[in-house]
Formats: sequence, structure tokens, C-alpha cells
Amino acid sequence: MSASVSDGQVDEKWAEMMRAAIAGDEAVYRRLLEEIGRSVRAMARGAFSRARVGDADVEDVVQETLLAIHLKRNTWDGGLRLAPWVGAIARHKIIDAMRRRGTRRFQPIEDFETVLAAPEAEDPHARSDAERLIAQLGPRQRDIVRSISLEGQSIAATAARLSMSEGAVRVALHRSLKLLASVWRGASQ
Amino acid sequence: MKTSELIQALAADQSPRRISLGARFCLALGVGALVSVWLFMMMLGPRSNFVASLQSVRFDLKFVDTLALALPAAVLCLRVLRPDARIGVFGFAFLAPVVLLAAGVIGELMFVPADLWGTRMIGSNSMHCLMMVPLLSIAPLAALLLAMRAGAPQNPGIAGALAGAAAAGVAATLYAANCPDDSPLFVASWYPLATIIVAAIGAVAGARLLRW
Repeated sequence: MSASVSDGQVDEKWAEMMRAAIAGDEAVYRRLLEEIGRSVRAMARGAFSRARVGDADVEDVVQETLLAIHLKRNTWDGGLRLAPWVGAIARHKIIDAMRRRGTRRFQPIEDFETVLAAPEAEDPHARSDAERLIAQLGPRQRDIVRSISLEGQSIAATAARLSMSEGAVRVALHRSLKLLASVWRGASQ
Repeated sequence: MKTSELIQALAADQSPRRISLGARFCLALGVGALVSVWLFMMMLGPRSNFVASLQSVRFDLKFVDTLALALPAAVLCLRVLRPDARIGVFGFAFLAPVVLLAAGVIGELMFVPADLWGTRMIGSNSMHCLMMVPLLSIAPLAALLLAMRAGAPQNPGIAGALAGAAAAGVAATLYAANCPDDSPLFVASWYPLATIIVAAIGAVAGARLLRW
């Protein structure tokens, strides 16, 4: 009873954060993605352990899910709850990851709402495939993604360093993220 | 790459607000339909007695049938683009064209003597129907699939099949204005077959193009 009440609160808070993020609040968006990532991590770890496939890919699933959430924000109906939408995306990516490992028999995947109460922090040593996949982007795109993600530079600083306009950096970043998602998908075939 | 590092990149990517999924979908359907209308006018055009035929129940029923397919298919297709979509009771909307076709067939069987059933069903140009409906579906199907790449369907193949059904509904509505066969026996035999062909093409294309 108390768990479901607190889940409802998490959900309402998330939906509000997502609305703020879509309106352009970067800091809130970053916090929201961190929180969602922790719950997706718990869900993926649970699903992998039940399917007995080990959890080497957990961070990949978390990152693929966050990337999909970002690129598919437009499929969330702002009037509806956010958690079921996030859960559906995470489930899709978990199943993809299991197929990638050749799992044929699927254990039922825990409902996303039940893991909301038990989020998991990122393992500081876990690394995803993203870095290897970024290597497949063009040199300019690779440079931009690395600068903003790994080095934590701002768009403005990156633009100044590469003598590009901020708009051009934004466009290149967005294209790179879309490309990263498709390369990741290709790697999962 | 660490997850917190990826999040940096995602948060920095504040692309300006794009048009909504629904608007994109409707635009694609509209543009695709217009291309098909143009193609239809170039190749076929409405049959010569089109206006007079509007008095005929059999003729009008064809459009009711095809629109009863196109509308639910389009609505459902847009719906399944959300990852958390449940088809649920909306699936029953597909009963509409089936029930309408069945009612038309029963009526025809009651009013038309049995020795005419065969000729009515075979009609005069069933192969033309099986070619033209898929041909007129190409533009709406292609436009829809393109727009749907912004979506996130749980099952890309089903989403593609629904797009195919919607496109076939548009194509069949146009084709019905030219086709000289109005008997529900003809419509119930060939239109669904043409629809299934287009839906199958949509399913195969969707499974490839709509993965995310």
C-alpha cells in the first residue's frame, strides 16, 4: 500500500520533470535521466539474473534505454503517466539485449513500477559499448560527442574549440546521437 | 562510456520542438493520399457514369467499406507508435469493415439469383483490382512509414502492417470510383485480398524500417 503510494509520487514527479525538460530545463532533465537510469538498472539486473545471462550488459541496456527515451520523447503523451512509458521502452531494450545474447526462453520481466522503489546506483567501473560505437562515427562527430560527454564541455566551449557555430555543434550532436542509436541497434542483430 | 557521461550529451541535445507525432502522421497520410489521387486521375479517373452511380446503394457501399477500413487502420496505426500502447478494445474497430462486407454479401445473396453469384463474384476485372489497389497504396504507405520512424512501436511489423492496411484503405477508396464492379460479392472477394497484399508489404517493410 505505502509502496504504491510512493510509486505514484515518483511517477508524478517524473512526469513534471519531463515536462520541464521538454520545455528546455537542462539541469532537471539531467537529474531525471539519472533517476530513470537507476530504476532501469534495477529492472535490467533483475531480468538478466532471472534469465541467468550474467549482468555484463546491464549498463548497455541502461544507456540504450536512456538514449531511446531521449530520441523518442515525442511518443510520450504529456497528459499520461511517465513510468509506464519508460517501463515499456526499458522492456523493449532488455528483450533486445537478451536476443543479442541468444537467449531464447524469456523469463517474465518484472514490472517497471515494482523497481521504482529500489533504484540502483551506477557501478563506477561499468563501461558500456558506447565508446567503441562512437569510434564508428565520423571524426568531427566523434570529437563533438566526446567533448560533451566524456569531457563534460558545454556546447559553447566545444563550438569555440572547434571553431564552429553553436548551431552547427547542436545539429552535429543530435545527428550523432541518432547515429549512435542506430549503430547500437545494428550491433544487437 | 559511463552512464553519467552519456547523460551529459543527452541533456546538451536540446533540439528545438519538432512537430508532434500525430501531426507528422496526418501530414504523411494527407500527402501520400494526394499523390495517389493525382496518380489515379492520371491513370484511371472516375468511371464515366460516376455521378449517376451515386444513386446506387451497391456503389456507395464500396466507399463505406473502404473508409471503414482506412479510418480504424490509421487510428490504430498512430496509436501503436507509442511504446506503451495497448491495442485493447480498439482492435474491435477492425470488425467494422468485416461486418459491413458480410452484411453486403448477405443482402446480395438474398436479392440476386444463385446462378448469377459466380459472375458477380468474378466480376470483369479482378486482376486489375489486385494490381491497382497496391499501386495506389505505394505513396501513402511510403509516406506513413517515413513519418512513423519517429515513433517507437513495440512490434514494428504490426505497425507496418497497420500502415499497409490504412494505405490500402485510401487506395481502395480511390479505386472503387473507377472499378465497374459494384457487387458486394466482388468487393468481399478482391478488396480484402488486395488489402492483405499491401498489409504484408507494410509488415515486411515495417519490421526493417521501424526498429528502434
